[in-house]
Amino acid sequence: MANPVTPAKATRKMTARRPAGRIRGWDNRMAFFTLIPSLILLGVFVYGFIAWSGYVSLTNWNSFIPTLTWAGLRNYTAIFSSFRFQSDLRNLVIFTVLFIAGDLVVGMILALLVDQKIRAEGLFRSIFIYPMAISMVVTGVIWSWILNPTTGINLFFHALGFKHVPAWFLSTRFAPSIHLGQIDIGIPVALLAVVIAAVWQMSGFAMAVYLGGLRSVPEELKEASRIDGAGPWRMFWSVVLPQLKGTTATIVVIQAAASLKVFGLIYAMTGSGQDFSTDMPNLNMFQTTFQGDAFAQGAAIAIVLLLLMAAFTVPYVLSMLRGER
Amino acid sequence: MTIRKSTTIALTAVMALGAVGAMGAHGSTATPATSHVSAAKSKTQLQIFSWWTGVASSKALKSLIGVFNQQYPHVNVINEAVAGGAGSNAKAVLASRMEANNPPGTFQVHAGRGTLLSWIAAGDMAPLNSLYKQEGWYKAFPKSLLNMLAVKGKIYAVPVDMQRDNVLWYNPAIFKKYHLTAPHTFAQFFADAKVLKSHGITPLALANHGNWESTLLYSDVLLGEVGPVQYDKLLYGKASWNSAGVKKATQMFLKMMQYTNSDANALHWQQADQLVAQGKAAMNVQGDWAQGYFTTDLHLTPGKGFGWVPTPGTKGTFAMVSDAFGLPSKLSNKAAKTATMDFLKVLGSQKGQDTFNPLKGTFSPRLDAKKTLYDAYSRSAMASFKKDKLVLTIGQGGANPGFTQAFENAMVTLISTKNVSSFVSAVQSAAQTNPLSK
Repeated sequence: MANPVTPAKATRKMTARRPAGRIRGWDNRMAFFTLIPSLILLGVFVYGFIAWSGYVSLTNWNSFIPTLTWAGLRNYTAIFSSFRFQSDLRNLVIFTVLFIAGDLVVGMILALLVDQKIRAEGLFRSIFIYPMAISMVVTGVIWSWILNPTTGINLFFHALGFKHVPAWFLSTRFAPSIHLGQIDIGIPVALLAVVIAAVWQMSGFAMAVYLGGLRSVPEELKEASRIDGAGPWRMFWSVVLPQLKGTTATIVVIQAAASLKVFGLIYAMTGSGQDFSTDMPNLNMFQTTFQGDAFAQGAAIAIVLLLLMAAFTVPYVLSMLRGER
Repeated sequence: MTIRKSTTIALTAVMALGAVGAMGAHGSTATPATSHVSAAKSKTQLQIFSWWTGVASSKALKSLIGVFNQQYPHVNVINEAVAGGAGSNAKAVLASRMEANNPPGTFQVHAGRGTLLSWIAAGDMAPLNSLYKQEGWYKAFPKSLLNMLAVKGKIYAVPVDMQRDNVLWYNPAIFKKYHLTAPHTFAQFFADAKVLKSHGITPLALANHGNWESTLLYSDVLLGEVGPVQYDKLLYGKASWNSAGVKKATQMFLKMMQYTNSDANALHWQQADQLVAQGKAAMNVQGDWAQGYFTTDLHLTPGKGFGWVPTPGTKGTFAMVSDAFGLPSKLSNKAAKTATMDFLKVLGSQKGQDTFNPLKGTFSPRLDAKKTLYDAYSRSAMASFKKDKLVLTIGQGGANPGFTQAFENAMVTLISTKNVSSFVSAVQSAAQTNPLSK
């Protein structure tokens, strides 16, 4: 560039006349510069604080006054040997599996129903997806009323003449009851009530994603299978469902992340429950940290949760990256 | 299009200039605050830090600030109340401010061996003995209350309100109907409970959604069973929890649990009191904040719609919860220190307390508080407060928070497994990990 030009003019010139390679170089640099602010913010407020939590979890800061002396893995052994945290991990695994399974099944059924070229499809879609717009805390309160064994839906069952009604989230049973160490690793029946509430709230999301998936299955494939004599069931099972693998994986990963983070629902609906049958690591972390002032132990719980979260998301992100290439 | 574009640019420029101007202005107002000459002209600031954001408590705080500003009009009070989490949010904010050597003028803390003790141990509180002497407070408050605010003879905070934890609320109509009297001993309690149960009434309503409610009940049962002297030793870490008395109290507690509603885990404390008010249950053990719920929310008359006695075996003992305020030692500015001391004077004064407490639904811990300003329940509680022995509770900020948390966790397991010996050993190890005295 021989003539001195103002930057604005230069840009205009480049976009107008310069070869494509040059433009891309400029764009890349621009992209990098515009990303710097958010990189700094993320670096400090997300990754910086993760690192800080990790450090705190290895210290003796278990009272109100910060004591940042080295404790090694003592906090981790403390939480892993506690009855409450062991129960939390059991609950988390069971809740995640049941919640995702419920979501996938209900979401798929709803998507299939909405996909039948019905009238007022938009209306039904909105109705099914609407619970997602409600705060988890509100859902928790509503469902704690509905499933309260003495005042809720059980009154309806009583009126119908049922003698044995479920105790819902106050149940103390495990099905099946399998003792391992100090805890029972069966399914706490009380947790099922929470699963119901969570599925009610989130299955609309699965429906929406599945609906998008169903619409993108090529019509020719279905046509071909029809010509080959497949009935609707067979077509769904052997043609449509395999096409929805990616969609399902997306739902599973997103819902697993949501389920690992569950807090508001539990806090509002059941609390820790009878014998920690509905307790979750997040609730434990909150109480340990902010009520018990055991900051290092709370940080240790947070780090364990982070690792669990990474176990779900990292493979997904990697496969996405591979797919892009 | 071009006009609109240029207008937008002009507007943006104006706004940007305005922002710069505002920053400049802010800077210029901020500067004099540090220079001594202008500090005298501008108002001194006093930040009052609390978790009083509820309707009644914020109203009470505002009226107290009103009393203060009448006497000290040159001080600009900033109400820094932090909402949420029953004070846990406020505690977290406070901790970070203390860490940064930026303490508020004064802050809310529970009397007892909880957070207050941590602050004192960390050297963040300045002793107030001279203020107590100057204001004649050594005689204005019960000595046992001052002991709960002191370490080694140095008093670190001024109590502003008083609440009671060991109250058994009951439905007088039910007791009359079955010719029963409200129980004063455990034997009477179980005798009443048997009769009530046979008539299909839940003897003892229990709410346990938050896990602290059953801890409160246990605390009162323990107090009634082992007596205030041994109870104090336990709470001050001077006796082992793994002892016969604690085990017996635990068995008593479990026996009481047999007379409670089965859906306790689904209920919040107000719902348990509602069961009593509606006549579905006969009794409930709860702190005396329940009386505000009975009178304000359910419009019941004290003594008629609801009655109260100390929990079984605790007559003559007052399990207390009290909010107090102190002087942070890291207050840098002398003017700020003076403002805090002036505020504490008003906070501890008869006028300040008698303005604050009736609005908040609590009562003044001063021995000369005006009884006529308070309702029937508070008057009877004030009478007990003056002559009873004062003790702390396991929850409600009375003990090391780590101990309380561990205790509540052990309580969850006790209720479902009913294993007394593993409970007491869990509590004993919690007391060792989280020391109860310093």
